Amino acid sequence: MSGAPLLTWILLVPLLAAIGVVLTRNRPNVRETVTVVAGIVLFLLVATLAATISWDQPPTLVLAEPVHGLALALTPEPLGMLFALVAGFLWPVTSVYAIGYMRAHHEQNQTRFYTAFAVSICAAMGIALAGNMLTLFVFYEILSVATYPLVTHAGNEQAKRAGRLYLGLLMGTSIGFMLLAMIWTWQLTGTLDFTPGGVFGNNVSSGVLSALLVLYVFGAGKAALMPFHRWLPAAMVAPTPVSALLHAVAVVKAGVFTILKVSVYLFGIDRIAELPVSSWLAALAGLTILLASFVAMTKDNLKARLAYSTISQLGYIVLGAMLGVTAGVIGGGMHIAMHAFGKITLFFCAGAILVAAHKTKVSELDGLGRRMPLTMLAFLIGALSIVGLPPFGGTWSKWLLVQGTLDAGFWVLTGVLMLSSLLNVMYLVSIPVRGFFRAPASQGDGIREAPTASLIAIAVTTTGCVLLFFWAEPLYRLAGGIVR
Amino acid sequence: MDLLDHLPVLVVIMPLMSAPLCVLFDRARPAWLVSMSASWLSFAAAVYLLIQVSRDGTISYRLGGWAPPWGIEYRIDLLGAYVLLIVTAIAALVMVFARRSLEKEIPADRIARVYAALLLVFAGLTGITATGDAFNVFVFLEISSLASYAVISMGRDRRALSAAFQYLVMGTIGATFILIGIGLLYMMTGTLNMLDLAARLPEVADTRTVRAGFAFLTVGIGLKLALFPLHLWLPNAYAYAPSAVTAFLSATATKVAVYALLRFMFGVFGAEFSLNKMPFDLILMVLGLAGILSASLVAVFQEDVKRMLAYSSVAQIGYMVLGISLASNTGVSAAILHVFNHALMKGALFLAVGALAYRIGAVTVSSIAGLGRRMPWTVAALVVGGLSLIGVPPTAGFVSKWYLVLGTLEQDLWPVALLVLIGSLLALAYVWKLVEAAYFAEPAADAAAVREAPLSMLIPVWALVIANLYFGVNTQVSVGVARQATDLLMGGGG
Repeated sequence: MSGAPLLTWILLVPLLAAIGVVLTRNRPNVRETVTVVAGIVLFLLVATLAATISWDQPPTLVLAEPVHGLALALTPEPLGMLFALVAGFLWPVTSVYAIGYMRAHHEQNQTRFYTAFAVSICAAMGIALAGNMLTLFVFYEILSVATYPLVTHAGNEQAKRAGRLYLGLLMGTSIGFMLLAMIWTWQLTGTLDFTPGGVFGNNVSSGVLSALLVLYVFGAGKAALMPFHRWLPAAMVAPTPVSALLHAVAVVKAGVFTILKVSVYLFGIDRIAELPVSSWLAALAGLTILLASFVAMTKDNLKARLAYSTISQLGYIVLGAMLGVTAGVIGGGMHIAMHAFGKITLFFCAGAILVAAHKTKVSELDGLGRRMPLTMLAFLIGALSIVGLPPFGGTWSKWLLVQGTLDAGFWVLTGVLMLSSLLNVMYLVSIPVRGFFRAPASQGDGIREAPTASLIAIAVTTTGCVLLFFWAEPLYRLAGGIVR
Repeated sequence: MDLLDHLPVLVVIMPLMSAPLCVLFDRARPAWLVSMSASWLSFAAAVYLLIQVSRDGTISYRLGGWAPPWGIEYRIDLLGAYVLLIVTAIAALVMVFARRSLEKEIPADRIARVYAALLLVFAGLTGITATGDAFNVFVFLEISSLASYAVISMGRDRRALSAAFQYLVMGTIGATFILIGIGLLYMMTGTLNMLDLAARLPEVADTRTVRAGFAFLTVGIGLKLALFPLHLWLPNAYAYAPSAVTAFLSATATKVAVYALLRFMFGVFGAEFSLNKMPFDLILMVLGLAGILSASLVAVFQEDVKRMLAYSSVAQIGYMVLGISLASNTGVSAAILHVFNHALMKGALFLAVGALAYRIGAVTVSSIAGLGRRMPWTVAALVVGGLSLIGVPPTAGFVSKWYLVLGTLEQDLWPVALLVLIGSLLALAYVWKLVEAAYFAEPAADAAAVREAPLSMLIPVWALVIANLYFGVNTQVSVGVARQATDLLMGGGG
């Protein structure tokens, strides 16, 4: 199988999984098997696509043509392929983790949970492989709606409020800004196809382009660029697997992915470099990186701290996209993958700690490393990868981003990235250090390691963090294909 | 194929003649059967007409064989056939839904009369659409209006009476204005045939009489249209009418008024007169925007779901009027497209609300608490309809928004585009109130006994829901016909 049928199946498999989950709702073991098997099949499909695709003549799948001359179509390109690979790989891993977590935590409505999860993955695949901006937007909105029941999973007042903020900010920015920018682009150029080098001719004034760029960047609310970041910490009320896969990988990466995609394929890197407004947006991204780091330091709640850390890391990618140099874009693209592995590990660990030790606060973790050594070790590795220290994957993307700031001549932003690494050490690495070196508050409370299923998942993503350091070459080549 | 030649008038006559039959039977079951057959036959006729018109061009039918402009001409062009299709399709689906709904909401001895009145409304609406005669428009408008006053007053809440009376007063003022307007035109031209009027008006266009006629007509139609600020009758009328009636009226009545507005603006007076000599585009734009924002905002604070959706209808009419006010091909076709799509979404929403009402009585934000589990299909329909109302892809509402915003941007009216999108976000606010209530609020103590709505109600609801999704993805018919109809209406190209 290759080309268009492969694309069809990549969309269909998660949808079929959603249906399968609903049909097997009375038999939890079968239901979870459906999810995991579908996840593995999906990843194999995506990997096959990545292995067999010819970038000169990528396959195209046309789904429909809702606007005259503008089709809903999937056309893979390197950056999207990268995103699809990451999301496709981490879905089955997260599903395995979720089995352990959801059962140990006695969560209600698990069928709804797995169904919405599968639909979200389908939407993420659509975003990753979208051939034009309209298709991306359609799947982007489906992702917002499909993740809503996951955010409000607990169904209590806090979850309801979080859901309101979540949907309000994500839909508000996407309908208010992105849709407007998209229709404006269509009206100016008559195309929304992702085209290497951009779609705007020379007759579009730089004032209009600046306005459009601002609309696009803020319209991608999922990128959590300040001041539209509040939904992400709010969404942490969701069960941890959701925070892990969706709010560290699929949803937030869909946001920064959109920004990268718009910068490279609608504007063109050179055009971005010419626009004065892009420096301002890069500076705003730098500000987001620092401010979110400072907020993260003040958070005692582990998941809230991780959420602000994510906001800060997303700022890296936005910054990379706004630099207008190839190293920045490649670095941003690679950071999608590197940060995904690092942060999902951290969330997995946070969830494991919650399930096994019933602790949610950083200050309660003293000495936990002796009871849950594997979890804490994994947390340490994930944190180091996010800091950007070798031998972990995060090194490379950070390296490239720093190089990008130097190429673009933004010395200040180089400083911001360096400072941010230090801050990361302070608020992330300090957590496992606490766990290993401080004396526990109480003895003999019977805390044991997390459920096996969860530990397997943690092991996989942690190994990923290490492997991506030594085998970063394929990723680099894939990301490099963006600017070829 | 003699009978087929008479379709333009049959589509009106079938419901008109079936109405007295219902009264004669005066029993629910036979009256329902009569209404069903009349509406489905009309639907079939409308489908055939649309195919015929898009193949062969405009159909002119001489009533009684008298040649226009002396005799009455029925004239069905692409736009007319399109609107006829919407009206008859909604009527056919609502009739399926109405049997169980009316049994529950109306005393048994009056059901047949509700059907009769509903058929008269239906006949009036198809009549307005099919006729090519200005006075005939007035006659059919009165038929549909009088029948709708009657049918609204039959709602089970006693406030239905005052709502119907309010509508009667305002509707009569509107009808009178329309009559005066037509009278003034007749005075100046001596003709009532629309084509003939269009040919003769330019000579006398620069007179105060014609300008006054134009003003009377548009204000009168504006009342029927519930154009802000002439919409005051609508929320109460929709809120207290029987559920099936609300669904039917919301999806058709205002749409036909939009059709009448387009017909008079572009077909009779001509774009040159309506938009250049009279500052009508600016007025419409301001009123449209005011309607979108104010009515959406009011909808956010409604407790009664039917009232909420009624205010939302006022806002949606604002979108259509805004599209017309752009006076461009894209703008007008966006308005026509929204006529179609809004019929789908509001039809689905009001039918879903009717299905809820069938099980729980009064539908308020607090009374639907927790029903997401008890009536999953009905509530899911409410959600999809709501998403379409917001304009989330891949629903029909998204396509409407797309073309409307595109139309505003074509004229560099980006603040207007922004306001349109803000309207969407307000829709998000009120739709989400329903979603939260239905899925997250604690159900009332007696909600345990609530079951899913009967199948005969779910089928029409879901037919419309699926249409919302289908026409959000495949727009060949909805957009294609709207564009062609616009080209015809605006005089090709332009």
